[in-house]
Amino acid sequence: MGKEKNENVIESSLKRKYKLQAKDVNVFYGDFQAIKEISMDIKANSVTAFIGPSGCGKSTFLRLFNRMNDYVDDFRMEGKIFIDNQNINKKKVNVEQLRKQVGMVFQKPNPFPKSIFENVAYGLKIQGIKDKTFLKERVESTLKQVALWDEVKDNLNKSALALSGGQQQRLCIARTLAVEPSVILMDEPTSALDPLSTAKIEELIHELKHKYTIVIVTHNMQQAGRISDYTAFFYLGEIIEFDKTNKIFTNPEKKQTENYITGRFG
Amino acid sequence: MNNIRKNRLKDQAFKVWGIACTLLGLVLLLIFLGNIFTDGIQRINWSFLMNLPSRSPEKAGIYTALMGSLWVLSLTTIFALPVGIAAAIYLEEYAKKNKLSSILEVNISNLAGVPSIIYGLLGLEVFVRIMEMGASVMAGSLTLGLLILPIVIVSTREAIKAVPKSIRDASYAMGASKWQTVYLQVLPASFGGILTGVILALSRAVGETAPLIVIGALAYVPFAPLSPMDQFSVLPIQIFNWITRPQPGFVENAAAAIIILLLITFIMNGIAVYFRNRWQKKLK
Ligand SMILES: Nc1ncnc2c1ncn2[C@@H]1O[C@H](COP(=O)(O)OP(=O)(O)OP(=O)(O)O)[C@@H](O)[C@H]1O
Ligand SMILES: [Mg+2]
Repeated sequence: MGKEKNENVIESSLKRKYKLQAKDVNVFYGDFQAIKEISMDIKANSVTAFIGPSGCGKSTFLRLFNRMNDYVDDFRMEGKIFIDNQNINKKKVNVEQLRKQVGMVFQKPNPFPKSIFENVAYGLKIQGIKDKTFLKERVESTLKQVALWDEVKDNLNKSALALSGGQQQRLCIARTLAVEPSVILMDEPTSALDPLSTAKIEELIHELKHKYTIVIVTHNMQQAGRISDYTAFFYLGEIIEFDKTNKIFTNPEKKQTENYITGRFG
Repeated sequence: MNNIRKNRLKDQAFKVWGIACTLLGLVLLLIFLGNIFTDGIQRINWSFLMNLPSRSPEKAGIYTALMGSLWVLSLTTIFALPVGIAAAIYLEEYAKKNKLSSILEVNISNLAGVPSIIYGLLGLEVFVRIMEMGASVMAGSLTLGLLILPIVIVSTREAIKAVPKSIRDASYAMGASKWQTVYLQVLPASFGGILTGVILALSRAVGETAPLIVIGALAYVPFAPLSPMDQFSVLPIQIFNWITRPQPGFVENAAAAIIILLLITFIMNGIAVYFRNRWQKKLK
């Protein structure tokens, strides 16, 4: 008992500076092992990119941090995930609370079939916040944050589905920001967008990292190079290499990493 | 060259065949409707709607049957709607996909195909006899409620299934609970589809005759029901009764009553179509 406690103290003092941590994580879908023994530490206020060929487990691993895999049939996980040194897979952890702290943006823009205002206010409303002026202020400030305010301020009651794909994705980011999370997970957020919208979102990510810890999955090497501080290269459920983005792109340790980012396979 | 020509010929042949098939059903329906209308339309007036049943065809009206049908329709809605929708939500959103749920699923689909007279026998035994409701509006509505329950469940599930998974994902990722996701996203997005299914089920209920005859609904009731425990008749029973009479005047009455019954179902289907169209537009 005493020994265990001691170990915990040592462990947590080591972890303090990390926002997200994975420790010896294995993930199975039935008999298929999608993640193999991954451990990873992610610093606060950084942008971390996950790259790797299709099906190597990037999305699966990303979704561990907000427990979005919980609903998947025959999903099984071993190991531990920590956020701010808290093990998020403990029984007493409230998943809804966790997801307010860890927001997520999906590959395909998925606004609710409701008005622009309702989309941004959704996260607050489900927390029971009804104060109209507060909601209005928060909707305005988050829409400004994603540089969408000027485009939609006269049409807040219009259906969000009437927006363009790029606008929809920025709306989805605003929706996530409105509940003031500390971590934002993005799963290929620009893969369905045109270059101009993509550039806008990359710029946004750059600004957001001062306040948030961002993890982004991308298939676009240039994008990873442009926006991330750290890059993890996944292959067949394992992390082959995880380092500063600069290092990964200029001087990777592993031959496999170099082959992938130079486009020789994958 | 030859091949292309052959294909084009086949194409034409199928088109002609398809048109013929479509017309077959339509023409038969038109002939039937035409017959009914020529027989019954001059009989429809205010007193036909407001008169009580009578032994002489000119004095007889459908007031009691019409009121009976409206009573049964309302109570059936009240019984079948909440139960059916709740069951569908449970099966779609909450139930774990396992053996038990798949057995439940198959059984519900099968129940939708059970002949309606069987439901009549069930209603007779359970509601009329064991629960001692007698041949009342209540017993009839509960019986019809059971009859359309599987249809409501199946169609509600289809509507719920049509809501894209990405909306659910977005809601959960925002920290919404299961109930919040169902209540705030899934139900509003599937509302039109659910309503369509419910109305189609109800328009089936309003035309049912056999189960109500089995539980003892009467062809001749001198008063319209005033409470759920009153005896009642419904339009289809009234129609059936009139058609079996020898006097030609009653045949006219039957045709007129059929027009009213058709009108009710057409209006209900119209409402269903209206909401379905609105819903589809909204989802886009
Ligand atoms: N629900 C599931 N059930 C069974 N297997 C799954 C499920 N989801 C993912 N997998 C499998 O797990 C592996 C990793 O999938 P994942 O979606 O994490 O890959 P990814 O790296 O995000 O790929 P992509 O770049 O194409 O998005 C794949 O082999 C996939 O087939
Ligand atoms: Mg993926």
